[in-house]
Amino acid sequence: MAYLEVKDLSKFFGTFQAIKDIEIEINEGEFVCFLGPSGCGKTTLLRCIAGLETQSSGSIIQKEKDISIEPPSNRDFGIVFQSYALFPNLSVFSNISYGLINNKWKKEDINKRVNELLDLVNLQEHTSKYPSQLSGGEQQRVALARALATSPGLLLLDEPLSALDAKVRVFLRKQIRDLQRKLGVTTIMVTHDQEEAQTMADRIFVMKDGEIIQSGTPKEIYNKANSPFIASFIGSMNFIPASIDASKKVKCNDVEINCDLGSFSENDNVQLAIRPEEIQFQQENQDDNVVSGVIKEIEFLGSFQRVYFKTKNFSDELIIVDVPSANAKKIKMDINNEMSLYFSKEDARIYSI
Amino acid sequence: MNLFKFADIRRGKDSSDRVGQFMLGSYIILFLLFLVLPLGALISKSLENKDGEFIGLANYSLYLQEPALFQSLYNSLFVAIISTIIVVVLAFLFAYAITRTCMPFKGFFKLVALIPLLSPSILAAIALVYWFGNQGVLKEILLGKSIYGPIGIIMASVYWTFPHALIILTTSLSLSDSRLYEAAEVLKTSKLRAFFTITIPGARYGIISTAFVIFTQVFTDFGVPKVIGGNYNVLATDIYKEVVGMQNFQMGAVISMVLLVPAMIAFFIDRYSRKKQISLLTSRSVVFKPKKHFKVDMIMLAFCSVLALIIILMIGMAQYGAIVKFWPYNLNLTLKNYNFEVAGLGWDSFYNSVRLAFYAAIFGTIIIFVGSYLIEKLRINEGTRNIVQFFALMPMAVPGLVLGLAYIFFFNAKDNPLNFIYATMIILVVNTIVHFYTVSHLTTITALKQMDKEFESVSLSLKIPIYKMFWRVTLPVCLPPIFDVSIYLFVNAMTTVSGVIFLYSYDTTLASVSAIHLDEQGEVAKAAAMAMLIVYVSVAVRLTHTIITKKVLRKTQAWRYNILDTK
Repeated sequence: MAYLEVKDLSKFFGTFQAIKDIEIEINEGEFVCFLGPSGCGKTTLLRCIAGLETQSSGSIIQKEKDISIEPPSNRDFGIVFQSYALFPNLSVFSNISYGLINNKWKKEDINKRVNELLDLVNLQEHTSKYPSQLSGGEQQRVALARALATSPGLLLLDEPLSALDAKVRVFLRKQIRDLQRKLGVTTIMVTHDQEEAQTMADRIFVMKDGEIIQSGTPKEIYNKANSPFIASFIGSMNFIPASIDASKKVKCNDVEINCDLGSFSENDNVQLAIRPEEIQFQQENQDDNVVSGVIKEIEFLGSFQRVYFKTKNFSDELIIVDVPSANAKKIKMDINNEMSLYFSKEDARIYSI
Repeated sequence: MNLFKFADIRRGKDSSDRVGQFMLGSYIILFLLFLVLPLGALISKSLENKDGEFIGLANYSLYLQEPALFQSLYNSLFVAIISTIIVVVLAFLFAYAITRTCMPFKGFFKLVALIPLLSPSILAAIALVYWFGNQGVLKEILLGKSIYGPIGIIMASVYWTFPHALIILTTSLSLSDSRLYEAAEVLKTSKLRAFFTITIPGARYGIISTAFVIFTQVFTDFGVPKVIGGNYNVLATDIYKEVVGMQNFQMGAVISMVLLVPAMIAFFIDRYSRKKQISLLTSRSVVFKPKKHFKVDMIMLAFCSVLALIIILMIGMAQYGAIVKFWPYNLNLTLKNYNFEVAGLGWDSFYNSVRLAFYAAIFGTIIIFVGSYLIEKLRINEGTRNIVQFFALMPMAVPGLVLGLAYIFFFNAKDNPLNFIYATMIILVVNTIVHFYTVSHLTTITALKQMDKEFESVSLSLKIPIYKMFWRVTLPVCLPPIFDVSIYLFVNAMTTVSGVIFLYSYDTTLASVSAIHLDEQGEVAKAAAMAMLIVYVSVAVRLTHTIITKKVLRKTQAWRYNILDTK
């Protein structure tokens, strides 16, 4: 039995349907992400689970108890918002102990618990400060500690990192993930940042236009994206128009490509998708999937270099190739160099148009 | 297939929801009782004859056939429009000087410009009598024209509405993006062109808003035309004459409706333009900082000095008049004008005013703040909340005189169970709170909007009832605007005339009303003394407010000041 089940959940705002017939099961202790572009309904779904929005139809079951119509105060969750929503007139200590006081905790127990939490999020020396005296990252950790204070069974994170600087964000990703593993609390995070979802989640639900269009582990989603949308939303992707001829061969313009056809059949118009990092400049002779052309532009991006490649008769658009900087030294890459590309049969995917 | 798919399923309610819902219901009832139903009574009164029978629009056609009454409408429009034009021009220049130039003594000018807020509108009229009246010091300046009439009404109206216009225009002019001016400068735009292409359009909505607010204030004001209008009749004095003089309540109701309609139109245009104003400045804008410009700064200094001098001369004259023995024959100083026993009034009306102001400030602030909190933060009953919001905005469109008359019709009805509040302090307090509801409500709504909208969500997730959070977080954070609202209610309760002129009784006479009656009886010096008493209290309360802001708030708002300490 799953810890949290969402069944056939829909939500309308007026006539606009924000989420459509959502079905989800989340296991105890799991860290899942709702990932999608803004306006896809991911935050609405989270707020329905919290009870902060009321669904138009469908049900939510937490720990085998139907909580569909329970007000938020009767549900078991802690929540962290993008804006942190820390009470500005209360100190860090009072913010964290806010939920404990009402539950009739003894004073020494409250002190002990708050200190535990401060240890957990590494903010021991900030107890008596006000939120406005803390940095964004520190505020976020206070919000996290406050949400965890009452040991909720479910932790909801609504874009918790998107208001932070890039460096702090990367640091907090790991901290939140470690904390979640340590406490084993079932966690749902909403984010539009695919990198964040991939590094933190056990499982990702990709959403678009109010629907879950794919779910799976970060690896599955990355390698086996089930639509061109996901393929380009998660990581980057070259798309090349292709067709399948009568003899079931995939052709991009004149170039014949060796790849797995999947369920496509002859005379279908399709698109070939290859990730920039899965393309290599040919060094030894390869048999399949070799395309020749010239380098048009090179962007230096630190750990790798992004090459824009003009093919002869393969694709009308420039093909993007990411070359790790370590490899780039070995290959002589210059603008207008004539080179050949290579990608393996396994890395070439076919999508409908 | 679920036919009701668009509607959300009903969520269960927790204690916070139930308390909120109950209170929201109470607000609906209160607004119905003290705003909607009285106005309904007013409308129905205008459709009745003296015996209370329904006669349709007969009273209205009677009104249109009465040239004397119709003349008043023209007069009201005339003084309101002329005053509005003068005030908008003067206040715009004054606000421009304060926000956009490096003129010296800005703080002083701001302070002086706000003086008229502390006095009842009639104080200006009384001062004008001393300056330009039949025995006035500068009577000759008017070239034989009398101050009693449109000239006096316009001058006094300009004086007392000036700070209202200044506040709106200062806000509007200080919301300006300096990047726009830098862009203009880089493009080699002349200062004058920048003024007409950036400054004026930027303040456009502020100007429109000011114009309508001032128009309504002058159009519906009663005190000034009563004291200095002479034989020049306006709608407000007509209503008073019909109701108090001739006991013709039906015609009073009809004229009230004539007064109400332009006020309503002005209100809606004002609301519309204020909504537009907000969107002009984004969070990325850089606030404008004026640069020194000797010529402009000096011209503005001269201009503001003249206005400040006029304001000081006006209030100074009122004070002087209040302590002179027998104007203009015996100019020795005396305090005997503050002895109102002679006029058969005593100080009771003054104490009543102070009591009214305290009650209105305390109860009004609580009711208004809680009401705006329910509207802004309750998560259920959206439809009901919208209705309460609409009710809360309505009083702004209802002139005080109209509201007062509506109260008579409604509460004086014998079969009204609330009849017992008639002619008591309660009705004065309620009327004052309702009359000044909207501005206070908008202040608290704005403050609440600035709070993170997820506070309530966090509280619910931590199983803390909303009312506990209200007490522990919302209230302390909102203390500064709450103090502002209470001061606003206090000072307005002290100075208002039009709202309460129909509602006071023998036991509940008020200072501002007494001043009018003293003036009516020819006791101008005592009227001035009474008006000045109101000024003293207003000043004292303001000063206390400043001290409280500095001391008490520093304690409860430590988190606010800490922001400054660390950055």
